[in-house]
Amino acid sequence: MIMLSDYLIVSAILFCISLAGIFLNRKNVIILLMSIELMLLAVNINFVAFSAFLNDIAGQVFVFFILTVAAAEAAIGLAILVVLYRSKQSINVDDMDSMKG
Amino acid sequence: MTFEKFLFYTFALILLLAAVRVVTARNPVHSAMYLVLSFFSCAALWVLIEAEFLAITLVLVYVGAVMVLFLFVVMMLNINVDLLREGFIKYLPVGALVAIVSAVEMGLVLTTAKFGGAEKAELVRHGPEYSNTAEIGRVLYTDYLLAFELAAVLLLIAIVAAIALTMRKRPNTKYQNPGEQVRVKKEDRLRVVKMDAEEKQS
Repeated sequence: MIMLSDYLIVSAILFCISLAGIFLNRKNVIILLMSIELMLLAVNINFVAFSAFLNDIAGQVFVFFILTVAAAEAAIGLAILVVLYRSKQSINVDDMDSMKG
Repeated sequence: MTFEKFLFYTFALILLLAAVRVVTARNPVHSAMYLVLSFFSCAALWVLIEAEFLAITLVLVYVGAVMVLFLFVVMMLNINVDLLREGFIKYLPVGALVAIVSAVEMGLVLTTAKFGGAEKAELVRHGPEYSNTAEIGRVLYTDYLLAFELAAVLLLIAIVAAIALTMRKRPNTKYQNPGEQVRVKKEDRLRVVKMDAEEKQS
């Protein structure tokens, strides 16, 4: 029988992998965006698992909204990335220092 | 071990291996492909606990739309992969350390926390007449109607923002102006010159 803890462990490991991915690929904006997508996926797994095991559909509705926001975020993030590439000819995070922040 | 458990472990293993490859793959195109694989196996995990609607939405929206967008962008940009990979080994220890520390912390929370009896609860299996989509639709269009409308507005804003960000005027592009073409008169283009008739050369 599948238990709630199985799903929670899988999503915790997934979250940690994507957290490590943000550290490892800190120069490549595309992989950073992909790691954020993986993190959101881990959160969504938690929501769905709790929703199923507590027999409450509200968690799945919340996942629906997270998917919407994540799709919007990916679209705008990639649009910004394309604009950045046009002006800098690079997507390296180190090149984004023109504001000296 | 039941067949269900076997399926769960298979898909969870594929999901985690694909996630590892997403963050370690050399080529961003391969990363995107492994991300597709991890979304697919996650959808399979959701089907196992009767969340069919979200599983299909994940495949349609993420694999069908978002990942295609990622692939478009990755293939459109001319990326120097080696330059972006430098520092990968340098940040490996700190990245692994942060990941392991947060994994241990989450493990401590999971082993000590009580989830209102859910940690011992068996999954409620519904009969064949149960429809997950209908259940979600019922609450989505009643209790969460405002949030649903706001999500629609958010998507509209995202469309407008993405188009406004990426649209540009190229100064050296040649294009027609139909209004000017229609407004043009004979006097603007044609000049009748009065001159004497030429004599025939002998």
